Order: sequence, then C-alpha cells, then structure tokens
Amino acid sequence: MNIILIFIAATLVNNFVLTYFLGICPFLGVSSKIESAVGMGFAATFVMTLAATFTWLVYHYILLRFNVPYLEYVSFILIIASLVQVVEMFIKKFSPELYRALGIYLPLITTNCAILGLTLFMVLREYNFLESIVFGFGAGVGFTLVLLIMAGIREELEFADVPEVFKGAPITLIIAGLLALAFMGFSGLIGSA
Amino acid sequence: MSNVRLYMEFFKGFWKENPVFRQLLGMCPTLAVTTSVINGISMGLAMTFVLVSTSIVVSIIRKIVPNQVRIATFTIIIATFVTIADLFLKAKFPPISKELGPYVPLIVVNCIILGRQEAFAKKNPLHKSFLDALGMGFGFTLALVILGAIREFLGSGSILNFQILGGWFEPWVIMILPAGAFITLGFLIALMNVIDQRLRSAV
Repeated sequence: MNIILIFIAATLVNNFVLTYFLGICPFLGVSSKIESAVGMGFAATFVMTLAATFTWLVYHYILLRFNVPYLEYVSFILIIASLVQVVEMFIKKFSPELYRALGIYLPLITTNCAILGLTLFMVLREYNFLESIVFGFGAGVGFTLVLLIMAGIREELEFADVPEVFKGAPITLIIAGLLALAFMGFSGLIGSA
Repeated sequence: MSNVRLYMEFFKGFWKENPVFRQLLGMCPTLAVTTSVINGISMGLAMTFVLVSTSIVVSIIRKIVPNQVRIATFTIIIATFVTIADLFLKAKFPPISKELGPYVPLIVVNCIILGRQEAFAKKNPLHKSFLDALGMGFGFTLALVILGAIREFLGSGSILNFQILGGWFEPWVIMILPAGAFITLGFLIALMNVIDQRLRSAV
C-alpha cells in the first residue's frame, strides 16, 4: 500500500517538474516537439530508476558504513555521471536503434537536476530499498507525463496568436503555471501530501 | 580602455546577460525558493559563493586540466564548494538551511555554474573570471530578490517579514504556491522584453 502511495505521490501529487521545479531546463528546452519529449522522458525515467537503485546502495553500504555522509553530493553526482555514461555505451552496443532515438538526450541527463534531486529526496525521506526504486520510477513517469502534456500544448501554440513580448519563454512559463494549478487537483488523492 | 572592459565583465550579468531573465538558466532554485525575499537573498549568496570560488579555481587550473575530463573535474570542484556552503549554512543559519532544503545541494547541477566555467572561466585569466562570476552571481541574486519580493508581497502582504498591508488584505495564496512562481516569472520576462523594445526603438 505504501509503495502505491509513493508511486502516485511521485507521479501526480508531488510531480517533480510542477511542484519541486526539478528538471525545468529540459522541460523548457525539449518540450516543443512530442517526439523529443518522449525520447527525453524515457531516457530520464530509465536513468532515474537506476540512479535511485545505485545511490541507495552506495549511501547505505559505503557512505554510512564508513561514516562519511558529507561526501554525499560529490559521490552522488559521480554515480549519476558514470551511470549515464555506462547506460549510453550499453544502449549503443545492444540497441543501436534506441541509441539513435535517445542519443542526444542521454548526456544531457547528467546535468538534469531532477536526477540529483531525486536521490537527495530519497535520502532525506529515509526510504528503504524497494521504496527508493519505486520512487525513482514514479518520478520518471511523472516527468515524462508533464513533458508530453507540455509538448502537446506547445505544438498547438504555434497556431495561436501570442502577443509579441510573450513569445517563447514567457508564455511557456505561464502555461506551466496553469498546469501546476491543474495538478493541484490531484492533491486530494493523498490525505496529507 | 581595459578598465571599461572589466566593468563590462561585471555588469553584463545584471541586465544584458542576466542568467535568470535572459539565459533562462538555473531555473529550479529560482522558482522553488523565492516564496520570500530572505530565501531569495540566502540562495543568491550561496550561489554567488559557489560560482565565484569555482571560477577562481577553474581559472587557475585551466591550463593543466586535460580537455577530455574537464566536465568531470569542474563538477567535482563545484560539488566540493557546495558541500562547504551547505555545511556552513547548516551550522550557522539552521532555520534558513531548513527552509532551502535540498535546493542548496542542488546548486551542484545548476547550469549557471557549469555554464560559466565552460563559456568563460576555462579560457580567461583569473581577474576577469572573478569579475564575471561575481557579476553573474549578483545578477542571479537580484533576479531572486525581485521574484521573492513580488511573491512575498502578494502572497503574504509583507516584505522581509514586515507586514506592510493591513488585515484587510486577502493574501493571494497562489503566489506562494508553485503555480505563482511560474506565472510571475513569465510576466517578468515579458516585462523585460517590453522594456528592451522601448530602449531599442528609442535609440
């Protein structure tokens, strides 16, 4: 039950993009086409799930064990960077098609704050191993969902008559604000979120 | 002449290349912590500290770091300074540290810092990199303070925790919610575009 709650919370109620503002850069940059939004979303979900798994193991079995939790940030960012690199090489070798589809988005993920944010929240909330994996996956799904919605709206927006000064970033931010309002409706799903 | 150029390195961060309003970098702390002015100031200063220290170190070691591993090197330098800033805040200003939460460690992945190293510090001498980083840091702080002031004023009727509007004022709760952050920033950037247009047509 707890696991399901964590998943729903990470996907809808406390959506990473709309309530924690994590992963805004790709959200603003990549979300103008549905295809690239899908690619970015899948790549991020993949890396997020893996990152949650590995950082949990490293944090609990290495950092806490040797009593050096202050190395948290340095080691987490290294784990994420090397993870992205490994995933990239792996996909390139075993599925060149997927690699071509994700290609450019993979390296970008390293500097995506959603991934590091995810691992920090995981430590902060003291999730256990299984909960962390579900949390990572849920956050990825939520990220993909919002990216997709945004891409859909922005494709329509090209035909809309937006005032000159609002073109580009301003209108995107305002749409994001309205989306955040809409997503607040989900907060009823969980009692004390 | 070179003095004028040095001033330019410093002041470009405020308007022409303001990291938040112009380059749209470092969005997550910008939107997340600006529910009040004081949060904006502390976040901005933490960020400036990390940015300036990193730029100094990168600028010093720029000739001995091999090009292939530069990103990893920069990231580790950044993470080190972020750890220092985080521990300092935790020890000296525990309430602020609690308020900012995970957004202090998230400075590590802030694109402004890595961006400045890539675009500036790795190919410029120490004094220039220092001024560039300081200007960018202050420009970032300025943006956070403006956003924080608008949201705090409309969202709770106060500035820096001083109640300005009386009891008759019904706070706009939306302004301190995430949606308010997006919408305020959207309007601010649009406002900047308007001012820029006016300036250009005046010239």
